[in-house]
Amino acid sequence: MKPESIFHVSPVFSELLNAIPHGIAFLDTNLCIVVMNRLLEVMTGYVTDEARGIYSEFILRSNLGSKNRMCREVLESGEAVSDDGNIINRQRKKIPIHFTLSCLHDEEGQPAGFIIILEDISVLKSAESKHHGLADETEILGHSPQMAKVFELMSVLARTDASVLITGETGTGKDMIAEALHESSQRARQPFIKVNCGALPEALLESELFGHVKGAFTGAVNETVGMFRLAHKGTIFLTEIGDLSLPLQVKLLSVLDDQEFFPVGGSRKVKVDVRIIAATHCSLRQDVQQGRFREDLFYRLNVLHLHMPPLRERDGDIRLLLDHFLRQFSDKLGRGITAYTKKAIDVLTRYHYPGNVRELRNIAEYSANICQGKKVGTKDLPQYLFQPSETSTKIAAAIIPPILSPVEPPQSAPKSVGNWTAIEKEMMVDALRKTGGNRSKAADLLGWGRTTLWRKLKKHKMA
Amino acid sequence: MITTRGDFVSPRFDLSPEVLIATYYDQELLEEPRSIIVSDVSAEIICDLALKENVATVICGGIEEQHYQFLTWKKITVIDAVIGPYVDVLQAAINNTLKSGAIFPGVTSQETAL
Repeated sequence: MKPESIFHVSPVFSELLNAIPHGIAFLDTNLCIVVMNRLLEVMTGYVTDEARGIYSEFILRSNLGSKNRMCREVLESGEAVSDDGNIINRQRKKIPIHFTLSCLHDEEGQPAGFIIILEDISVLKSAESKHHGLADETEILGHSPQMAKVFELMSVLARTDASVLITGETGTGKDMIAEALHESSQRARQPFIKVNCGALPEALLESELFGHVKGAFTGAVNETVGMFRLAHKGTIFLTEIGDLSLPLQVKLLSVLDDQEFFPVGGSRKVKVDVRIIAATHCSLRQDVQQGRFREDLFYRLNVLHLHMPPLRERDGDIRLLLDHFLRQFSDKLGRGITAYTKKAIDVLTRYHYPGNVRELRNIAEYSANICQGKKVGTKDLPQYLFQPSETSTKIAAAIIPPILSPVEPPQSAPKSVGNWTAIEKEMMVDALRKTGGNRSKAADLLGWGRTTLWRKLKKHKMA
Repeated sequence: MITTRGDFVSPRFDLSPEVLIATYYDQELLEEPRSIIVSDVSAEIICDLALKENVATVICGGIEEQHYQFLTWKKITVIDAVIGPYVDVLQAAINNTLKSGAIFPGVTSQETAL
C-alpha cells in the first residue's frame, strides 16, 4: 500500500500521527513529501498542503545533504538508519535533530516510500553543553533574594497548567522566563509558539493568531492554520499583550474560556488545547482603569502572576551578571579577558540600568570587544555611562528609594510598574505647586525642557 | 546573488556549494549571470562573498537568523525560504515579483531536483 493510499483509506491515521511527540513525514519513492504530522509542520513552518509533492530536502532543510545516501542504506539493509544533524526552519531557527529513516513496503514487499522521524534534541544538546562546562546562553542567572523568589515561584508555575501573566520592565527577561516555564512544564515536548502582539496590525494579527480560510479576504490564496493551532498541546506566548486591540481581546477571552475559536472567514469551530503565557512591560491594571484593556481578560490572564524585578532592585546580581557575560563574550571572541578593574566595577555597579539585563549584556559585549588587555578598565566602557542624563538622575532619585524602602515590598509587581507613572505625576504636581503653576519654572525645577513637561502633562491628562 | 545547488535554489544558505550573481536594470539582465563555486561551504564565506561582490539582494533557501540579520544590517535585502529552479527564481526577481517563502513549480521530482 502506498503512503498516499494509507491516508486516503484511513484518515484517522493522521490523528494518530499528530499524537506522536516527534516530527514525522511520509515520503514517496521519489523522496517527495506525502504527508507531515502537526509537530513537523511546526518544526519546519510548512503545512502539509503547501509541502505535499515537494522534494523533502527543500522542506526539511537538513544538513545531512541529500537523503539519497541514507535511503540507499535503508533499501540495502532493510533496516532503519539514524543520524544526528539539524534543520533550519522557515522562522530561520536551527534545530538539532535526531533523524530516523525507514522504508515502507507494499503488499508485494516492494519499497513504497519512506517514513522519516525527526526528534528535536535541543534540550539534550543544551544539557550536553552544560555538562561540558560551556556557558548556556538561555540560562537565567540571579542570586538575589528577589530572583530566589522568582525561581521559587517558577517551579510552582511549571507544575500547573493555568495561564500566567509575566510583568516587568523591558530587558528583565520575560521571554526567557516564559520559555523556561514551558520547558519545565508537562508540555515541554510540544511546541512553544511566541507571538508579539505589538508587532503586527490588528487584521494581520487576527489571521496570525487564529488562521484564516482560503478566500477569507483579498490575497488569502491559501489556508493558514494560525499560531493557536500550531501551538496545539503546547504553549503560546503572547508578548506585549497590552498592545492587543479590544476586538481581539474579546476573541482571546473566548479562546481562554472555551478553548475553541473560528478562524478568520471560517464557519467551523476549531478546538485547541493550549496553555497561554502572556507578558507585558506596562501596567495592565492601569490599562484596565483607563479602558484600554478588558477587565475580564485581565483577570483571566492574571490567574498566576510573575513579576520580573528590574536589575537595579536585584541586590548583588549586577556583579554576578557582569562577570558571567564578560566570561561568555571573552570566550566567544577568544580574548582571554579575566575581570574588570576596580574603577570600572564602581562605575558599572553605580549605574541604574534602565534597559536592565539586556543593557548590561550589551555593555559587557562592548567591553569585551573594545578591551585590548586582560582587564576591562573605564576606558573600555561605553561613554554614555559617564554622562548621567537629567532623566537618569531623576529616576535614580525618584525610583530607587521607594523601591528599596522596607515599607514597599519589591515583589509587588504591578505596583512598582505603576509607581513610576504615579511618581512622575506626583513630581510634576509638586513642581507646579512650588512654582505657583508656572510651567517654565516647574520644568526648570524638574530639570526637563518645557516641551517635555508639556508632553508629560498631556500624557497624564493634566494639560 | 542566488545560492544554488544543481539547477535549484539551495535548500540551505550555509550549505550552498555555488552562488549565481546576476546584474539587472529595468527588468533586463545586463550581462550573462556568473556562477562562483564556494571554496569552503559555510554561511560566513557566503556572507563575505556577498559583501565583496557588493550585491544588493541575496536570494536563498533556509538561512539562520544571525546570518539574515547580518546581511540586512549590511543593507542587503534577503529574500529567503525560496524553493524553485534558479532560472525561474531569477526571472521573478528581475520582474520584481519574488517574495520570501515563494515556491515555484518543478520541485516535485527527485530526478529534476538534484
